[in-house]
Amino acid sequence: MTAAPLLEAIGIRKRYGHVEALRGADFCVDRGEVVALIGDNGAGKSTLVKVLAGVTQPDGGEILFDGEPVGLDDPTTVRAMGIETVYQDLALAPDLDPSANLFLGREALRPGLLGRLGFLDKAAMSQRTRQAFAELGAGVQSYSAPVGYLSGGQRQSIAVGRAAAWASRLVFMDEPTAALGVVQSKKVLELVRRVRDTGIGVVFISHNMPHVFEVADRIEVMRLGRRAARFRPDETSMEEVVAAMTGAFVQEEAS
Amino acid sequence: MSAPSQSAPQTDAPPPDIPEPGAGHPLLRLLTETTALIFVVLLVLVAVFSALRPQAFATVATATNIAIASATLLVIAVGMTFVIITAGIDLSVGSVLVFSSVVAVKAMEQVGGAQGWASVAAGVVAALLAGLLWGLINGFLIAKAKIPPLIVTLGTLGAALGFAQLITGGIDLRGVPRELVVSVGLGGLFGVPWLVIVALTVTAVAVVALRLTRFGRYTLAIGSNPEAARRVGINVDRHLLKVYAIAGTLSGLAGVMSLARFTTTTIAGHTTDNLQAIAAVVIGGTSLFGGIGTILGTVVGVFIPVILQYGFVIMRVDPFWQTVAVGIVLIAAVYVDQLKRAARERL
Ligand SMILES: Nc1ncnc2c1ncn2[C@@H]1O[C@H](COP(=O)(O)OP(=O)(O)OP(=O)(O)O)[C@@H](O)[C@H]1O
Ligand SMILES: [Mg+2]
Repeated sequence: MTAAPLLEAIGIRKRYGHVEALRGADFCVDRGEVVALIGDNGAGKSTLVKVLAGVTQPDGGEILFDGEPVGLDDPTTVRAMGIETVYQDLALAPDLDPSANLFLGREALRPGLLGRLGFLDKAAMSQRTRQAFAELGAGVQSYSAPVGYLSGGQRQSIAVGRAAAWASRLVFMDEPTAALGVVQSKKVLELVRRVRDTGIGVVFISHNMPHVFEVADRIEVMRLGRRAARFRPDETSMEEVVAAMTGAFVQEEAS
Repeated sequence: MSAPSQSAPQTDAPPPDIPEPGAGHPLLRLLTETTALIFVVLLVLVAVFSALRPQAFATVATATNIAIASATLLVIAVGMTFVIITAGIDLSVGSVLVFSSVVAVKAMEQVGGAQGWASVAAGVVAALLAGLLWGLINGFLIAKAKIPPLIVTLGTLGAALGFAQLITGGIDLRGVPRELVVSVGLGGLFGVPWLVIVALTVTAVAVVALRLTRFGRYTLAIGSNPEAARRVGINVDRHLLKVYAIAGTLSGLAGVMSLARFTTTTIAGHTTDNLQAIAAVVIGGTSLFGGIGTILGTVVGVFIPVILQYGFVIMRVDPFWQTVAVGIVLIAAVYVDQLKRAARERL
């Protein structure tokens, strides 16, 4: 295995009109590691995730995957690399059922001629959906209802389950526990650890400090579009981390 | 990676804590079955008219007339269903129909002097290509240039009709081969008119495409949440282009059907086709907001206005009531759609 980290982003810049969402952001995550990416509202966390997921094109910066420079210029390429994302807005199709959402963009087709004509293998997909969500411990209440009818927490479980089911190298989770109750949050945290234990890198974004300290192997703090500090949870305190988020504590100067 | 179950981390995960209780509240369920609901409305209408005037309404002749009268609209409405499911709209269908039929007559005059089957074939191909071309123009402007569908197709509505009038000088062309009129327009197979067979074939293919194929799944997904579709790597622009191309091509086909039925172009006769098609699609339970819709619903939606029209004529009700009744049904259909949306207005 190479010594280079799994994914490294260097000096990423992204501007939306007058807003500079990312001003030279650095970020790093390794195999089998949970990195908590935290920062105040508007710090640029979601923007960074979208850049690394290939759905937003950065204005500048470099991205290394397995030490190799890569261009993450469309979501299909990124997904083919084994990178999955739980977006903050979930990015589910509310009118489709859980199975259609789990397989969206990578539908299983019927074998033979029918498959070549684009016929869906609905039975196989729905069976694998039940299996996947059962294994993930996601309490999906109905497999036949459009996901728009499910509760916010259940939809979040579906988005998390979808990412976890397909990821083979790296998962980004943008506030995956935001809408969840205590029990479901605990399950997601367990899931994060299980995914990590298979050697997959996990990037966990959350405003919930107890969750962050419970699950993270490392913490990276963003502030105003760039990395402000890096911590190990066992060598720091919530006070120090929060100070870094607010700018009261500065570890990394702008380069 | 081939399947989630293979790559999913396999550990001692607890089983799902909530057993599956079906699709929620019964009332919700009824509302989601708009197609079933509207189908019942259709059956009730047929039953009432048949009971009141069995000799006049419940006859093979009436059924055949209704089917022929609806065939062209059904073909257009099938294309419109795909468009509306993507949360789009196509106002240009009637004009594209007219343009295609004009181009078809011109092609049939060129090939074989509007006589013989070769001439018919040339006309059909020309009409389909003409429809496809307008569909591609619509699709390109909507998907690539990001101009709202309402505006794009309002523009092509005017442009296609204008070109048809420029080509003909505004006078209907009559050079339709006998073969097309006699065989397709008047003939049939085992008593079923060819026009109806064509419409039913288009409908059947569309049902399969929407429900069973990846094409249909992408259409629904894009209408439901285009950003989600884009993020999973679906080429949303290309798919929209295809959907409008299909709608245009079906309008071209409808142009040929119209020629076969009326033996002439009907330049001035299709100004409300777009609204009729949209009404049919919406009455059939397809959501104007996208993401929801069925072809079978559209079939029912095409027939309800026609049945009302025939029924009122036979009942000697002033036929102007039909327009009123269809308007009420249309508003009711959209209201039901709104209720459904409110029930899941959380995403
Ligand atoms: N598509 C966009 N268009 C314009 N501005 C944007 C867009 N996306 C993000 N921004 C801006 O970029 C900045 C960073 O936003 P981002 O969503 O990345 O923050 P965040 O750290 O994820 O915040 P939160 O914790 O609230 O989710 C904000 O000022 C936001 O307004
Ligand atoms: Mg965010």
